Amino acid sequence: MQTQQTAPEPSLRERLVTALENQRVLGYVLMAPALLLILIFIAYPFVLGVWMSLTDKIVGTSGTFIGLGNYDKLFASDIFLTAAWNTVFFTTIATIFKAVLGMWLAVLLNRKFRFANITRATVLLPFIVPTVLSTLAWLWMFDATFSVFNWTLRWLWQMEIGIFGLVLKENWGFFRGPLWLGDPSLAMASVILVNVWRGLPFFAISFLAGLQTIPPDLYDAADIDGASGWKKFWHVTLPLIKPVAIVVIVFSIVVTFADFQLVYILTRGGPNNETHLLATLAYQLGMGSGNIGQGAAVALFMLPILAFVIIFQLWYLRREGVR
Amino acid sequence: MNAMVGETYFRRLVVFYIPLFLFVFAMLFPFAWMLITSIKPDAELYNPRISPFIVREPTLEHWESLFGTTLFIRWAVNTLWVAIASTAVSLFAGVLAGYALSRLVFRGSTMFGIMIFVTYLVPPTLLFIPLTGVVTWMGLQDTTWSLIFTYPTFLVPFCTWLLMGYFQTIPKELEECARIDGATRLQAMSKIVLPLAVPGILSAGIFAFTLSWNEFLYALVFIHSPETKTIPVGVTSELIKGDVFFWGALMAGALFGSVPVAIVYSFFVEHYVSGMTGAVKG
Repeated sequence: MQTQQTAPEPSLRERLVTALENQRVLGYVLMAPALLLILIFIAYPFVLGVWMSLTDKIVGTSGTFIGLGNYDKLFASDIFLTAAWNTVFFTTIATIFKAVLGMWLAVLLNRKFRFANITRATVLLPFIVPTVLSTLAWLWMFDATFSVFNWTLRWLWQMEIGIFGLVLKENWGFFRGPLWLGDPSLAMASVILVNVWRGLPFFAISFLAGLQTIPPDLYDAADIDGASGWKKFWHVTLPLIKPVAIVVIVFSIVVTFADFQLVYILTRGGPNNETHLLATLAYQLGMGSGNIGQGAAVALFMLPILAFVIIFQLWYLRREGVR
Repeated sequence: MNAMVGETYFRRLVVFYIPLFLFVFAMLFPFAWMLITSIKPDAELYNPRISPFIVREPTLEHWESLFGTTLFIRWAVNTLWVAIASTAVSLFAGVLAGYALSRLVFRGSTMFGIMIFVTYLVPPTLLFIPLTGVVTWMGLQDTTWSLIFTYPTFLVPFCTWLLMGYFQTIPKELEECARIDGATRLQAMSKIVLPLAVPGILSAGIFAFTLSWNEFLYALVFIHSPETKTIPVGVTSELIKGDVFFWGALMAGALFGSVPVAIVYSFFVEHYVSGMTGAVKG
C-alpha cells in the first residue's frame, strides 16, 4: 500500500467518477454512441447525397459539379414525372385503404370472442415476416399463366356458364383472366393491393391499442342516450382515437412513400416504366445504370414531402402534448 | 323471443364473423400458398388445367433442393448474425441515449430529441446511394459488417424513442433514494432503472430484431457475394436465374425465411405489439 503524507491526488478513476456525476458531462457521454452512428451513417450520407445530386457522377468517376443539371433533366423526363406521380398516387390510395380497412378490422378485433388473442396475433403476420418473401408469394399468385386468382376466376366463370348451360368444357381455356402485372393500371392496383395487405395489420393492431384505452362507460352513456352502433362509432370512437390514428397514418405515409420492395419484386417498375416509384427509379438509375448523380437526385425528391410530413407530426405531437 | 335470438345471431354472423373470417383468410392465404406451392411436384405446379388448391402427390424435393443445393443455410446464419449484432449495437446506443434524454438535464437535449425523432422518420431509400459511398470508403462493402453498422441508422432512433417513453414511466424517486444512499448516477441507472426497464428493452429488442431480419434494400445494395447474402436478398437474387423461376424452391425459401421471425414473434407477441404501438405513439 502507498503511504502518502499529503492529501492524495484523485486518481483518474476517481476524477472520472466525479465528472460523470455532472449531468451535463454524463448526458453527452451517454448520447455519444447514438450521435456517432447518426453523424456517420445519416448526417454525413445526407450531405454527400445532396452533393452527389449536384454532380454528373457515374460509377467509377468522381464526377464534376453541374449545379441543378440533374434536376433539369429529371423534370424533362417522362419516366421521372410518372414515378413522382405514381408515388403520390400509390401512397394516397394505399393509405386510405389501410386506414379504413384497418379501422374496420380493429373494431372487429375489439369485440369479445373466443380465440380473440390468437386471432389478434395471427392477423399481424403479414407485417412481421420479411416483406420481399411474402411479396414473392404474391408474385407467384399474380403469375401470368399459373395465377391462383385466375384459376379461381376461370372456375367461377365456367360454373356460371355451366349454370346457364350455354358453353361446355371445350371453352375452359378461353377465359385466361387478367394479366395482373402486365397491364399498367392493373399492375399499379396489384402493387397497392399487396401494400394494403402488408400494412393493414399494423393499422388494425395500432388502432386496437387505441380502442382499448376508450373507457367503456362512454359507450354505456351513449347506449342510454339511445345511440346506434354507427352513431357511437362517429361520435365516441372516432374522436377519441383520432390522436392515435393521425400518428399511425403519418408514420405509414412516410414508410409507404419511400416503399421500394414491392415494386422491385413485383414489376421492377414495368410494364414500360409505368409502375416506377421514386425509390425504384432511384435504384434503377443509381445502381442499375450507374448514374449515381441522377439516382441521388431522384431519391432526394422524397425529401420535401417527408419533411412536410415530419414537421406536421412534430407540430401535432407538441400541440397535443403527447411529447 | 326465439326470433329475437335468431335475429341477433344472424346479425352477429353478418357483421362480425363473416367479415372477421374474410380478413383472417386474406391475411393468411399467401402463407398457406407458400406452403402448398413448396410441397407440390413441378408436374402439378405447372399444369394450369388442374385445381391448384389440391396437392395430389406431396413432395419434399423443393425443400431438399433449397437446403441441399442452395446457400440457404448460409444466408440464414448471416441473417441471424446480422440481426443479433445490429440489435445489440442499437440497444446499447438506444438505452444510453434514451436514458440521457428522459432523465438528464443538459444543453441541447431538446435538440437531440428532435434530431432522433427526425432520423427515425428518414427512410433507407432516401440515403442508400450516398451510404454505398460511405460503406465503400470504410472498406466494409460485401461484408456483413456493412449491415451491422448501417441497420442501427433506423434501429437506434426507434429504440431511443421507445425507451425514452419507457424510462419516463419509471418513478424518479427510486433513483433519488439510491443516490441518497451513495450510489453514483451511473450506478443508479444500471442497478435501479435498467432492471425495471427490462420489459421495454425487450420490446425494443424484439422489434429491432424483426426489422433487421426483414431488411432488404441495404443488403441488396451493399452485398454481392452469394455466400455473404442475407435470406431476403439471397432468396430473391440467387433462386431466380434470369427469367427462370423455380417456384417450388422459391416458396420453400420464402416459407423458411419467414418461419424463424414468426417463431420469435409468437414467443413475444405482447412485447412485439407494445414495441410497435409504443414506437408510433412515443
